Amino acid sequence: MMKLDMSALETQFGAPAGEDGGLLFDVDGAAMPAMEFPNCPDFDRFQAKTKDMVKNKRGTTTLAFIFDKGVIVAADSRASMGGYISSQTVRKIIEINPYMLGTMAGGAADCQFWHRNLGTKCRLHELANKRRISVTGASKLLANILYSYRGMGLSIGTMIAGWDEKGPGLYYVDSEGARLKGNRFSVGSGSLYAYSVLDEGYRFKMSVEEAGELARRAIYHATFRDGASGGCVSVYHVGPDGWKKLSGDDVGELHYQYYPVQKTPVEQEMTDASTS
Amino acid sequence: MSRRGDWVYENNGGTCVAIAGADYCVIAADTRLSVGYSILTRDHSKICELADKCVLASSGFQGDIKALHKNLAARELLYQHQHNKRMSCPAMAQLLSNTLYYKRFFPYYAFNVLGGLDSEGKGCVFTYDAVGSYERTGYSAQGTGSTLIMPVLDNQLKSPSPLLLPARDAVTPLSESEAVDLVKDVFASATERDIYTGDKLEIVVINKAGTKREYIDLRKD
Repeated sequence: MMKLDMSALETQFGAPAGEDGGLLFDVDGAAMPAMEFPNCPDFDRFQAKTKDMVKNKRGTTTLAFIFDKGVIVAADSRASMGGYISSQTVRKIIEINPYMLGTMAGGAADCQFWHRNLGTKCRLHELANKRRISVTGASKLLANILYSYRGMGLSIGTMIAGWDEKGPGLYYVDSEGARLKGNRFSVGSGSLYAYSVLDEGYRFKMSVEEAGELARRAIYHATFRDGASGGCVSVYHVGPDGWKKLSGDDVGELHYQYYPVQKTPVEQEMTDASTS
Repeated sequence: MSRRGDWVYENNGGTCVAIAGADYCVIAADTRLSVGYSILTRDHSKICELADKCVLASSGFQGDIKALHKNLAARELLYQHQHNKRMSCPAMAQLLSNTLYYKRFFPYYAFNVLGGLDSEGKGCVFTYDAVGSYERTGYSAQGTGSTLIMPVLDNQLKSPSPLLLPARDAVTPLSESEAVDLVKDVFASATERDIYTGDKLEIVVINKAGTKREYIDLRKD
C-alpha cells in the first residue's frame, strides 16, 4: 500500500525553527522567532548606522499607578522620527487581554511587535492552563524575551498593568532587561515632567475620577514641555472587572480648559486729544 | 553612495501617497529612480498590487523593495491556496508589519504605504516605518517628499483623532475625483521642491468596481 504524503494538506502550526524564517509562531511558546542577523564584521557599528537610516519612531510620555480602586494607565499619542512628527494618533496603550494593558515607549515597531507577541503567549497560556495568566507571569514572559535580546539595540520601556487573583498589579519592563514591581511609574522622554505632577497629587485613596484627572494632568504637563510628546491623552482604568477607557482628550484643547484665556484689561485707551 | 565594506544600502528616492475615502482608496507614487544626483530611469513603478483590494507603494532602496514585494506577493499566493480567498487589506497590513520586523536587525530600507478596501468596503490606508510599526490612518505620505506633502494633506484631510473619547464625528471625506485631484496637486508641489520626486506620477484608484490606473506627467528637471 503506497504511503501518501499528506503533509501538504495540513497547515503547519509549529514549523521547525528557521524553516520558513520563523514566520509561524512556535507551539511550545518558549521559543523565540528566528531572526536573521547581518553577516558583517562589526555588528554594533552596523546597528548604530541602521538606527539612523531607519529613523525609529520614538519619544513618549506614559504613566501608570496603583491606587485603592485599581490601576490607572495613561499615555500621549505622538510618534516622532527625529524632529519630524510622524503621527499624532498612535495607540500607545495596548490591550493585551480584557484585564491587562501594556504601554509603549521607545521604538514603536519594537513595542508593537513584542506586545502582540506577548498577547499571543498570554492566550496560549490561558488555553494550556485553563486559567488567565497573572500580571507577574506576563511581565516575566516579556522580560525574559527582552533580556535575551539585550545589547542588540531594541528600545522598549513598557509597563504591564492588570488585575489578577492577587489584585492590581503593575510592572515596569525594559529592553535592558529590567523588571520592577512598583506602585507608580512614568516612562518616556516626558516622564520627568509627568512624575512631578503625579508625585505631587498622588494619594492611595482616591476616587476613579480623581485618579483619572491626576493622570490626565500629568500627561498634559509632559506634552506641554516635552517636544516629543503630544497629540491626545488616553486614560484607562483597570478594575476587578477588567479595563475601561476613561477618556481621550486632545492636549491642545486641554490646555485651554486648564488655563483659559484671560481677558487682559485694556491698557490706557487712546482718546482723542482734547481741543483746548 | 555605495562603499566597500558593511554598508549595503542606498536611497533611490521617490515619494508615495495614499488617501482613503468612504468607499475608495487612492494610491500614488512618482516613477523616478535616482542614485545620488543621477536619474537612472524615469519609468520605474513603486507600486505593487498584492491583492484585488490591496495595493502597496514603497519608496527607499529599490533592491530591498523588489525583494519585499516579491516576498509579500508569494505569501499572498500561499494564502489564496490555503484559504481559497484573496488576502484582505488589514490582514496584509499585519503580514507586512511582521515581515518588516523579522528583519529588525538587518532592515528592509523601505518606507511603505499600504492602501485598499477593508472587509466592509471602506477605504483604508496603513502607514509604516522601516521596521514594521504600523497604524491605520485616513491618509499618508512616505519617501523623500513626504515632509513636503504631509502638511498639505493634514490641512485638507485631517479629522478628529480616533483616540478621542467621547468619539467625535470625522469631517465629511472627499469624493473620489476630489481626492485624485488633491493627489495630483500635492505631487506637483513636491516635484517643485524635492529633487528626487518627478518625471511621472502613477495613480491607482481602488473602489468596489475594481482598480483603475492613471499616469500624469510631472516636471522632468
